[in-house]
Amino acid sequence: MGNWILGGLSMAAAIFTLAALCGVIIMLGIQAWPSITEFGFSFITNSVWDPPNNVFGAFVPIYGTLITSTIALIIAIPVSFGIALFLTELAPAWLRRPLGTAIELLAAIPSIVYGMWGLLFFSPIFAKYVQTPLMNWTADIPFLNHLFAGAPIGIGLFTAGIILAIMIIPYIASVMRDVFEVVPPLLKESAYGLGCTTWEVIWSVVLPYTKAGAIGGIMLGLGRALGETMAVTFVIGNSNILDGYSLFSMGNSITSVLANEFPEASLTGFHQSALMELGLILFFITCVVLSLSKVMLLRIKKMGGP
Amino acid sequence: MTLYQRRKMANMIALTLSLMAMAFGLIWLLWILETTIVKGFSALSWSLLTESTPAAGSLGGGLLNALVGSLLLVFFATVLGTPIGLLAGIYLVEYGRFTWLAKVVAFVNDVLLAGPSIVMGLFVYAVIVVPTGGYSGWAGVVALLLIQIPIVIRTTENMLLLVPQTLREAAFALGAPKWKMILAITLKAARAGIMTGILLGIARITGETAPLLFTALNNLFFSVDMSGPMANLPKMIYDFAMSPYPRWQEIAWAGVLLITMGVLFLNILARFFSRKKF
Amino acid sequence: MSKLTTRDLNFYYGDFHALKSISLEIPEKKVTAFIGPSGCGKSTLLRTFNQMFALYPDQRATGEVIMNGVNLLSGKQDVSLLRAKIGMVFQKPTPFPMSIYDNIAFGIKLYEQLPRSELDLRVESALTRAALWHEVKDKLNQSGYSLSGGQQQRLCIARGIAIEPEILLLDEPCSALDPISTTKIEELITELKKDYTVVIVTHNMQQAARCSDFTAYMYLGELIEFGKTQKIFVKPDRKETEDYITGRFG
Repeated sequence: MGNWILGGLSMAAAIFTLAALCGVIIMLGIQAWPSITEFGFSFITNSVWDPPNNVFGAFVPIYGTLITSTIALIIAIPVSFGIALFLTELAPAWLRRPLGTAIELLAAIPSIVYGMWGLLFFSPIFAKYVQTPLMNWTADIPFLNHLFAGAPIGIGLFTAGIILAIMIIPYIASVMRDVFEVVPPLLKESAYGLGCTTWEVIWSVVLPYTKAGAIGGIMLGLGRALGETMAVTFVIGNSNILDGYSLFSMGNSITSVLANEFPEASLTGFHQSALMELGLILFFITCVVLSLSKVMLLRIKKMGGP
Repeated sequence: MTLYQRRKMANMIALTLSLMAMAFGLIWLLWILETTIVKGFSALSWSLLTESTPAAGSLGGGLLNALVGSLLLVFFATVLGTPIGLLAGIYLVEYGRFTWLAKVVAFVNDVLLAGPSIVMGLFVYAVIVVPTGGYSGWAGVVALLLIQIPIVIRTTENMLLLVPQTLREAAFALGAPKWKMILAITLKAARAGIMTGILLGIARITGETAPLLFTALNNLFFSVDMSGPMANLPKMIYDFAMSPYPRWQEIAWAGVLLITMGVLFLNILARFFSRKKF
Repeated sequence: MSKLTTRDLNFYYGDFHALKSISLEIPEKKVTAFIGPSGCGKSTLLRTFNQMFALYPDQRATGEVIMNGVNLLSGKQDVSLLRAKIGMVFQKPTPFPMSIYDNIAFGIKLYEQLPRSELDLRVESALTRAALWHEVKDKLNQSGYSLSGGQQQRLCIARGIAIEPEILLLDEPCSALDPISTTKIEELITELKKDYTVVIVTHNMQQAARCSDFTAYMYLGELIEFGKTQKIFVKPDRKETEDYITGRFG
């Protein structure tokens, strides 16, 4: 009897979870259907987002989401790796725990706090001490001068990417640290035994040994960056018009468009439906990232890793 | 430069960069905390805890409505979400292990964990806000619940998997029925870890703003009616931070301080539990 | 002729005094075995030779370890270069997470920049000397983890000798292996002493008797007796040694 109750309840809870996911996909699909049938594939490639005229192309927010997440990864991966290296190999034993906790607390700060701080404190300083020098410095370098062009106003795609980087560093760093810590001491000693330097041990032995875990951490961070809303909404500039491909320009991400426009979206026309489709696309991108990471882990396992 | 010198040099550079990466990480934490504390403390006053939102442009007023609203939302989401998460976690490890359903649910849970929280808000808007005819506290609760459940499932699953199989066999050997074995032995053995998961789940939803944007919305007045729009700290901060009124901005900073301290406290508490064994 | 000499060597794990005033001379191009019950300090002694203990802040050594006339404990020696001269193989096989070929080439590339063809030769020669070449020559690009335990351990020996060390330290190299693999490694050790000075730690007395020329018996951090293996096993000077060898120990 007791077994029947606990077993049944637990199975019901498991099915509830499954139903929730199916529900999310189906509901978003239904809501987005009018927009999907109206705009078709051009929804993704069209960069005109014009609610008053009822024309919706989501290129700008999709681009914004992808580019800010890319910037975030480019910054966060090496920094997280450095932090994990420091915490496992360099820091004196008594400092490891407090420093590790401090980094993890970065993940605990609510995203709205990142947003407010980013807008009011980070962006003015960033504009003055990073954007302006960067612009002057790259002014004569082809390609880069287009990447870092425009008015250094402190907010925009680049700023959003950096704030995202700070937000995902704790996720990637703590996973990397955890996997570095479980590398068998004998393996490291045998590398040191050949006369390797600390860096060579980490780069050539520890990192390949833990690559599955490290990739998992990076994907976790990427997932966070793709779905982050509040911090991005504060600093990305919320502009649906993209001029050129300067990283300094203001833009929008899928999440910031949703946060800004959904509450006011009119029910007549395609506005709300287009926003639902954006949500669906974001969900889809996240699922692809997750699946890719699973496939990569499987392949690494198959290739006979540790 | 000889090969040997090059290697030494590379090592020095890499280790220095590693030190700088650590400093890079810490600087942000210190800067953000400093901002939060300095701006937040100067805005703290008793009226924050005793009064609700002031009229636009006026002085005084506080965060009472938002604090109570947030507490209610988080409370209901935790009370409703934790048992579901726990049970599903138990199913994955104790009942359904190696079955296809458990495998599918484990994957689905990964998706939900990684899934963007704002999408949960969209979903709840479509299934609750639209049919019931308006924004409500309950809609907010459901959105938060959908974020909290996967966290509890994941930690419950991980912690139950850590319980040694011999412990289960020992309980079976004594003739205990499975449900009793689960409740009395494995859950107990894993309780510190599960507690950590629950606390981290609470910490996570306390700071969440995005899923509340189109569900609980906001309410400038004091209300404990869960079927109407509900004031809550994160959304209040969001609205006030962008407002032109200095008093509202001040209140937003006070809210930032309260919410940051609350979430950090929950995280440290969770860490405390995770260090305790059995 | 002595290759490595210790004088009044003491070792500490924090407050624990693990090696007490060890003085011995390890002869060149011979196999020296360290035997003794668990915890007697034989592995610790081995780890002072290549400064492996320096990785851990609470471990320290005093006294002298002299190789080629230089005291290694003086702190003036570069640890990386020293370790290149003293290869080490551990209790368990520790192949690096890379291909079989790279496992060997990795160490060589730390010290020499060779064209690919020459590198290939060096890899082949190391694997041949470790009696592994014929088993792996067709799968050099596979992961080191795809080999059996005994093959992995020979891969580690090949990795150690590929960088042409002067001394090879073997820390219970057969403890995780089956009897057949153990026999292969023991044959290999006998081959290796033609080129290298070999020091082996073992808890298996038959192994020490079979493949070593000299044996040191240690107990509770002290060197009880050191001499020719034949003498130690047939007619030891000390009663403690005889008790241990004949199994009347403890």
